[in-house]
Amino acid sequence: MNPGQIRLAIIATYLLLLLGLGFIASRSFSGTKKDYLLASHSIGPFLLLMSVFGTTMTAFALVGSTGEAFKEGIGVYGMLASSSGIIHSLCFFVIGVKIYSFGRKYGYTTQIQFFRDRLESDLIGVLLFPILVGLVIPYLLIGVMASGTVIQAMTAGAFPDWSSFAALKPDGTPSPMHGGVPTWLGSAAICVVVLIYVFFGGMRGTAWANAFQTIVFMVLGIVTFVSLANKIGGQETFVESLKAASSQVAESHTTRSEMSTSKFLTYMLIPLSVGMFPHLFQHWLTAKSARSFKLSVVCHPLFIMIVWAPCVLIGIWATTQNIPPVVSANGVLAFLVKSKLSTWLAGLLTAGILAAIMSSLDSQFLCVGSMFTNDIVEHYIGKERLSDTAQVWIARAFVILIVAVTYWLSLKGYKSVFTLGVWCFSGFASLFPLVFAALYWRKLTAAGALSAVLAMVGSWLYLFRDSGWGADTKYVINVGGFEIMPVVAIFMCTLVAMVATSLMTSPPSEKTLAKFFGS
Amino acid sequence: MKTVLWILIAILIVAHQDFWNWNDGTLVLGFIPIGLAYHMGISLGAGIVWFLMVNLAWPKQLDEVESEESTEVSS
Repeated sequence: MNPGQIRLAIIATYLLLLLGLGFIASRSFSGTKKDYLLASHSIGPFLLLMSVFGTTMTAFALVGSTGEAFKEGIGVYGMLASSSGIIHSLCFFVIGVKIYSFGRKYGYTTQIQFFRDRLESDLIGVLLFPILVGLVIPYLLIGVMASGTVIQAMTAGAFPDWSSFAALKPDGTPSPMHGGVPTWLGSAAICVVVLIYVFFGGMRGTAWANAFQTIVFMVLGIVTFVSLANKIGGQETFVESLKAASSQVAESHTTRSEMSTSKFLTYMLIPLSVGMFPHLFQHWLTAKSARSFKLSVVCHPLFIMIVWAPCVLIGIWATTQNIPPVVSANGVLAFLVKSKLSTWLAGLLTAGILAAIMSSLDSQFLCVGSMFTNDIVEHYIGKERLSDTAQVWIARAFVILIVAVTYWLSLKGYKSVFTLGVWCFSGFASLFPLVFAALYWRKLTAAGALSAVLAMVGSWLYLFRDSGWGADTKYVINVGGFEIMPVVAIFMCTLVAMVATSLMTSPPSEKTLAKFFGS
Repeated sequence: MKTVLWILIAILIVAHQDFWNWNDGTLVLGFIPIGLAYHMGISLGAGIVWFLMVNLAWPKQLDEVESEESTEVSS
């Protein structure tokens, strides 16, 4: 077997292991909708920590963090990792625990059920459904497209004589991807595997698979870090190798001299997006008790550090390694692993990267199915007219439809999909005031919530258009010479519209307010 | 105690903006750039403050939530 075939065999073995895990989880499935969508509220602290952490860490955690550090230096850790450590746990503590208690008490599965009930408004659901699904789909696209690219890069050279695996440059000579599994096939394989374990295992299968995959990518990330440090540093001991590797890095990458301080500050709003992610909302409701959240709140910042810090160091070390110009920033980790480590370790790391991707995809697929079943089908047809089994099948059918649509969109090869991801995060983060006010502000009204959502969409579209629909990948707003992330403007528009309209209109009935705030 | 812990969270958020480390390339322990080491410290600090928060300021009334599922969901 050549190295590409060995790496492909390791990836295939890993995918089969996941299918086995999904099969085992499906044997615990009781057949009810609550079990399929919420694992019957049976997830304890450890499984909740691993599944929530795995869901929030995408391909960006391993591949993107290394690539961004390669481009921008160590500042990427503060901008994306340490800020998330503070803000994500804040969202779990302030939003997650409270949402969980209302979800258990009043039987919610989706955010829209909560908002409709809290605001006594059907319209808020009609407005939020397309917006939330629309913001999740590009997020899904990132995972599907990244998985195809990673598999092709790591299996390059496996079958150089197969015409369907050919990847040629414009002049007809083989590209570095030649002989690797084509992106359409790699993405399809990942979609099918995730679809199978979500289809049969539901939320329990998803939580188990997430926990397993989180362990896989954390362990393999550390193994890769130690192995690369020894190779790049090239000294007798590990510590000496670390020192040797860092000593050669230019000051532009060991400092933040080329990073804007105002951009760094305003990036802090982006992690607020986890407060409005529909897939996290659903994960929170799987918890066995409110106490199950404690471990997630405490360990989340530490886990982010364990994954991100080694990747950022690898990224800055890569600047000393003569990376060929043909390798993109997101391909730096794969290039280093392939060129410096054993074929086996490269195969295992690929499995780790795919684990990070799939542990987000599965929750997102399932949550979109949940939203369609609960917020559209059950809400408008009436749950008394549909059996539990029928609703589970409707959720499954919608999951298949969304997987198919996402896969079809991935074939279009949208180039700016990573930029689009940041725009989607900005949209979710700007809806944070809405969920916060719904939980803590009695004066929030349905009109205020509708104004907030419309203000978010309007300002988001205006700025997105101004960025050339994402074509300007470094788009910022310039205020008095300071670079500010667009999320600040969208967030402020949402907040002002919500507060101003709420103060001018009537809040929900006393009965509803008593239900959520006590008398 | 709850107020003190929320002040600590606010301090973490303010301390996150470490403009004083911006152009400092010192290597802590000989291999971690100080800007990275400082923010790893912020991550550790966040873990510690959240540990104190869940142990000293946990909303205990939420632990007692009884399930009354589905009966009150508007449809």
